[in-house]
This record gives sequence, structure tokens and C-alpha cells, in this order.
Amino acid sequence: MSERDTEREGLPGPAPEDRRRPKGRRTSQGIRVDPEVEAEHPPRRTVISALVEHEPGVLARVSGLFSRRQFNIESLTVADTQNDDWARITVVVEEPDPGIDQVEKQLEKVVPVIHVRELADDAVTRELVVVKVDADRPHEVHAITEMYNGKTLDAGPRTITVELTGDEQKINDAIDAYRQFGIREIARTGQTALARGETKTAVVPDHLK
Amino acid sequence: MTEHGAVTEPDEAEPEAESEATEAEGVDAEEAEVAKRTGAESVVASLEAAGVETVFGVQGGAIMPVYDALYDSGLDHVTMAHEQGAAHAADAYGAVSGDPGVCMATSGPGATNLVTGLADADMDSEPVVALTGQVPTELVGNDAFQETDTVGVTTPITKSNYFASSPDTVGEDVSTAFALASHGRQGPTVVDLPKDVTTGETDVDPVEPEVPGTVDVQTRADDENVAAAAQTIVDADEPVILAGGGVVKGDATEELYAFATEHEIPVVTTMPGIGAFPEDHDLALEMAGMHGTGYANMAITLTDCLLAVGTRFDDRLTGGVDSFAPDAEVIHVDIDPAEISKNIEADHPLVGDAGTVLDQLDEAMPTSPDTEAWVEQCREWKEEYRLDYAAPEDEPLKPQYVVEAVDEATDRDTVVTTGVGQHQMWACQFWTYTEPRTWVSSHGLGAMGYGLPSAIGARVAADDDQSVVSFDGDGSFLMTCQELVVAVREQMDITVFVLNNEAIGMVRQWQDAFFDGRRMASEYPWVPKFDTLAEAFGADGFRIEGYDDAPDVIEEALAVDGPAVVDVYIDPTEDVYPMVPSGGDNGQFALSEDHL
Ligand SMILES: Cc1ncc(C[n+]2csc(CCOP(=O)(O)OP(=O)(O)O)c2C)c(N)n1
Repeated sequence: MSERDTEREGLPGPAPEDRRRPKGRRTSQGIRVDPEVEAEHPPRRTVISALVEHEPGVLARVSGLFSRRQFNIESLTVADTQNDDWARITVVVEEPDPGIDQVEKQLEKVVPVIHVRELADDAVTRELVVVKVDADRPHEVHAITEMYNGKTLDAGPRTITVELTGDEQKINDAIDAYRQFGIREIARTGQTALARGETKTAVVPDHLK
Repeated sequence: MTEHGAVTEPDEAEPEAESEATEAEGVDAEEAEVAKRTGAESVVASLEAAGVETVFGVQGGAIMPVYDALYDSGLDHVTMAHEQGAAHAADAYGAVSGDPGVCMATSGPGATNLVTGLADADMDSEPVVALTGQVPTELVGNDAFQETDTVGVTTPITKSNYFASSPDTVGEDVSTAFALASHGRQGPTVVDLPKDVTTGETDVDPVEPEVPGTVDVQTRADDENVAAAAQTIVDADEPVILAGGGVVKGDATEELYAFATEHEIPVVTTMPGIGAFPEDHDLALEMAGMHGTGYANMAITLTDCLLAVGTRFDDRLTGGVDSFAPDAEVIHVDIDPAEISKNIEADHPLVGDAGTVLDQLDEAMPTSPDTEAWVEQCREWKEEYRLDYAAPEDEPLKPQYVVEAVDEATDRDTVVTTGVGQHQMWACQFWTYTEPRTWVSSHGLGAMGYGLPSAIGARVAADDDQSVVSFDGDGSFLMTCQELVVAVREQMDITVFVLNNEAIGMVRQWQDAFFDGRRMASEYPWVPKFDTLAEAFGADGFRIEGYDDAPDVIEEALAVDGPAVVDVYIDPTEDVYPMVPSGGDNGQFALSEDHL
């Protein structure tokens, strides 16, 4: 064992202000930027679709993932598909691009997830809403329901309950229109969606078909 | 315990016991065909099929059927004092051997005691399989005695977990958990075993470990991306390789060495990446980050091309991301696509296995970059910012000296494990790591108490002629020192150096630096005598009080053929430097309190 060196006097080296410095910087998202022109990453809203194996706990896993990682989720729907073994999860997120990318990659890591993709803007998206309003002006309620191609599910002396489907904008507009009667309760499903036309919403590898 | 060491070939461990037993009892062929085993026997058969030799665990009601099946198996079981110890031991076993470590616990409190260890393994991508007992299926959800929703509790801290639903499928659940733990990016998996599933019968044979069809791991990076990345490296003036834990876990240290030395590129490591590149090499700049070396932090801050391999850019490494390698084009190699551009945007994403991609990159390099001036600059920084400590003539003993002295007194392949705190940082800084899988610590979770149980797991995994030492803090050691009972029972050759500063020192250091020296709850003047405590457990106890007795006592303790604990009285005022305050700028590391 070597002799102890009592000459040691602590860490040498120039102080922070005397050191060479880098030129650039990054954003808080780790993206390298020109210090002069700051890059902005505003959030955008998009639909992500995941095809998953239909097994217990998948939804808990997926929703837990979102809350744990603080992703901004607008809605999440899940149900069976044409194949009993598969379910489809449709998530609407509002995140800057790096966040959307992370949502996809983290979802892809969940073991029962078969395929994940962000749907294009032209995807076919639909939402169902059930609205219960006061029945004081039944004819006017009916007129609005007709206008939005809705359906009356229940009409009583005090309340009328209607069903509407459509894209998000249409549903929001319809709800606004019902406000004049007094809305008692609303239940919305959140968006569900498929890619348009021949485009596949999910690509299933052959060995899983 | 019988033998330690490498996992047997799967064919050696094939579960033949069943058919032999039935034949021995003279059962005719037809009956033998429908011979049944319990779910628990299936679990054990799957462990054997996976080549497992040792299981770390603690008994309990809901897991008893599995233990009963272990009774007749060839597997070793190391009974730990606490389930946290079992999980840490399994984790360290995985870190040292590369094969999944297995831990076992009963339902409820047994399973919850595993949680810290599983979270630790998850953060550090260590291959661990945890088997937990569970109340019978019909009681699940009713808050039955010792029921905990183990799958629910462990979902955020495991790579994957399973609730076993039938004796017919439980063997496959265990095999899948095995395959997943070590496949691609490694990590912990859990199989929760309801008692009726382990006591129920099945005639389904165990299966070889296989990953589910939904899991698709890419090992080779896209050739076009590789070519572009290679060109970037060639064009760079000041390139740096950042080697993360993925290099060690991916067994890619040879490929890294070949690449770095062939192209003369300095290598910085993350904390889990320690051991990825020999620290005594000219190109080694050692660890970067919060308590990294000054030269590593200079290089990583000023580089124009960062080749990051198998790292997730933890904030302890990056400091504030705005000031992290801001001039660098980043090439990020990782087996897990989700790590790419998660914290630091990659200009060149290379998804694949570390060794494979390094070889791909090497093949794609038309020539080497001209790094002569840069390597020289790094060499100057190594001089300028030399790792050192003040050691005046008079006592007290400096902890850094102890780490250096133990390093000198042991072989290169000695495995070092630690707790969490200042001692852990000194063990990073002042030990010269030259081989992979010799540095075992709680990196991502930073779990105090990791040191002793991980030394136990490392001991089981290491070769017999490899030494295992542990540097611990008094606070960290107190959290799991009951595991000494295991080291004594199994006569494990482990030497623990408790760097005793009568404080939870790292907290004390931060309070001094950032809380006006208000040492709320960080001083520990009531620590026991650790040498006497060790003796109470039946281990050998030693004490070092100053420089005079240090060399001899270190030799003596290391010479003990069994567990030894050395209570090392270190300078209680010593702090860890260099330091980058959290979220700070790596290039502005402090060399002393004056720079904070
Ligand atoms: C389980 C756990 N609890 C609390 C902490 C917070 N913590 C980090 S370092 C530290 C002090 C460690 O003290 P000790 O083990 O004595 O080591 P030293 O810093 O004195 O070397 C504490 C309390 C932690 N990392 N882990």
C-alpha cells in the first residue's frame, strides 16, 4: 500500500468564470437552438390510435402511463374490435410535438400494445354525447335535435334527453345550442376514430393475425 | 448454499424430476401421461427451464406453496432478513451476472417490501424477476388478510407484470416474465401468484422463456442514419463518447473500446456507465454530471459531437438541459426508441443494440476524425482539474484516501457496491474501475440501504476468486444492516467499509451549501459502533480511527474469509466536490464551496 501523500491540497483548476464556454444553448425540451432565434413548440391537438391485446389491465396500464408522465389527455376511449382478441384505444392529446412523439413511443412499450400511430387530419373521428335538458320548451328542443341530426331518447314532462354523434366541433356547437333550455347533465364518450379510406389505422404483424 | 456463479445451460436444468418420480413410484405409462403438477411446481419448473440457480426471498402464507415446490428442486434459496434485501440482492445479481436475478415474497407486506427494490431495478434497467404470493383468487378484491393489489402497485415501477390466472398458464407467465426481464432494454418483471393457482393442478408442461409477439426489439440501426452519423463524427473537431449503463448491460464494452481507441475519441461515462471503459486509459475522462470529474464536464459541455450510447440523459447527468452539450450534434444509440429525444434531442437517432450499432458505425466511418488537438486539450483538463482532496498532516482521516487504499489493496476485478450519499460519490470518484460489471450501485433511484443486500447478490453472482467490497454510509448501512445475518449464515466473503461521518452526510452537505447550514435532522451522533454491531451478528468487526491504523486494518479485514465490517471514522466535515448544483450548468461545476 502506498505511503500517504500529505501534500494534497484539494481540487485544483480554474474557477467557473475563467473557463472556456460553449456558444449555443438548448430549450427546456433539450432541443438545440440558435440563441438568437428561439424555437417555439406550441402544443397541438391530435388523435393517437393504439391497437392492443384485449387482456385485463391494459386500460389501467395505458391510463397510468399518461398520468405518471403528465401527458395532456383530452379524451380516451376503448372497446373491442372486429377481432375478440384486440381492443382499440383512441386518445386525443394536446402536446407539443416532442410530447406527441413520447406518447407514441411510451405507448408502444406497453407489452400488450400491438401498434400505435398518430392519425392524419383527414381521419374519420366521431363522438357520441347524451344531453339532458329542461323540458319547458319541447318543440324548440326538438328543432335543435333535428338540426343536428340527433335523436330524442327520452322525453318527459320535466326533462328531455337526446343523443348526438359527430365530430368534436359539431358536438360543441350542439351543446351550445341546448344551453338556452338549461342543461341538466351531459355524458360524452370522447373521440373514437379510424384512418380514412384504404389507410390502415393499425398494422398488425403477420404472426399476430 | 451450494455453488455460486454462472447460470447452468438450460439443458442441464431441464425439469426431469417429475417423470423420474412417477416412474419410481411404478405408475404405468398411461397414468404418467396425464401426470399432473401443481401450479407451484410449474413455477419452479419454469425457473429451472430458465436456468435459474438461486432465489432470494422471504417465506410467508400466500407464497408457501411455491416454497414447498422449491423444497424438492435443485434451486438454492437465500433467505433474506427483509424483502427489500431480496429485491436489491436480485438486482445486484442481475447487474453482475447479466442474467435475471430472482426474488420472492409473500402477498401484502412481503410484496410491498419489494417495492423499493423493484423501483430501483426499473430505474437502472436491471433484469429482475419477482414472484409474489397472492390471496386466493376468490378473495381478491375483498381486502382479504394480507391482500395488496401487487400488479397495481408495481405497474409504474416494472417493465411488465402478470396476475397468474390459472395453474395451466402460470408456468408460461413465469417464463414470459423471464424472457421480458432480459430482452431488449432489461428491467424488472413481476408475477403475482394467487394461492389457488399455485396449489391447483395442471398437466401443462413448462415452456422455454419467450417474449410475447407484440414485443419487437430492433437490434440493427437504420443504415442511412448510421452513415450520416458516421460522417458527423468524422467531421467533428471535438467529439466525445458518452457511455451509459446500456453499454455495460448490452455487453458492448469491447466494441466501445475498439471504437474509441481506433478513432481516438475521449470517453465520458454516466454513473451506470462506470466500467464501460477502463478508467486508467488515456482517453478515459470518467464520470460526468453532478459529481463527475471536472474534465468530463468540460469535455461534455464543449464537445461539438456527442456520441451517446445507452443512456437516458438523467438530470443528474445533464444538469439543466439548456446548458447540456449545447454545441453538440447528438448521435443517440439506444435499444429503447422511447429514450431517443426524450430529454435531449437527437440529431441522429440510432435505435439498436449498443454493440451492434457501434460496429455498424465503425464500418461506416470513411476515416477517423482529426482529434489530436482535442485529445490534447482533454489531457490538459485532466491535469488542470485533477480529482483530489485536501489531506493535511493531522487527522482526521479522509474518506477518499480509504477508497483509494482499498482499491490498491484489491484486484482489478473486485466488485464494488455502495449505499447512497457522499460515500457513493467518493466510491465513484476515487476507485479506478477498469472492468464492466464491477460497479454496482443504486443510480436512478438513489436508494439508501442498497449497499449490503447488493453486496450479497453480487457475491452470489461473482466468481469465487473475485472480491466483493461495499462502501456504505452510516445512514445507508443502518437501513439494511440486518442483512448481515444472511452474510454470516451463508459465510459470504464480503467486506463492508462504513464511511462513518456520524451524519447523513450528503444531506448535511446540501444544508450547509443551500440552507444556511441549518442541519435539520441530518446529524447522527447516536450511530452504533458498527464493529461491535457486526460482531453481534457473528461477523468480524474492525475499526479505523486514523491514517496510522488504516493500511493494516484494511489488509486484515480484506483477509477475512467471510463477512467483515469496518467502521471507518472519517472526517465528518468532508464534502464531495466537484459539484454541479441540481439543474445547473455542467461547465460551471464548483470545485469548492466558494464556487456555489
Ligand atoms: C431511502 C432513502 N431515504 C432518503 C434518501 C435521501 N438521502 C440521500 S443521501 C442521504 C444521506 C446518506 O447518508 P449516509 O448513508 O450516512 O451517507 P453519507 O452521505 O454520509 O456518505 C439521504 C438521507 C435516500 N437517498 N434514500
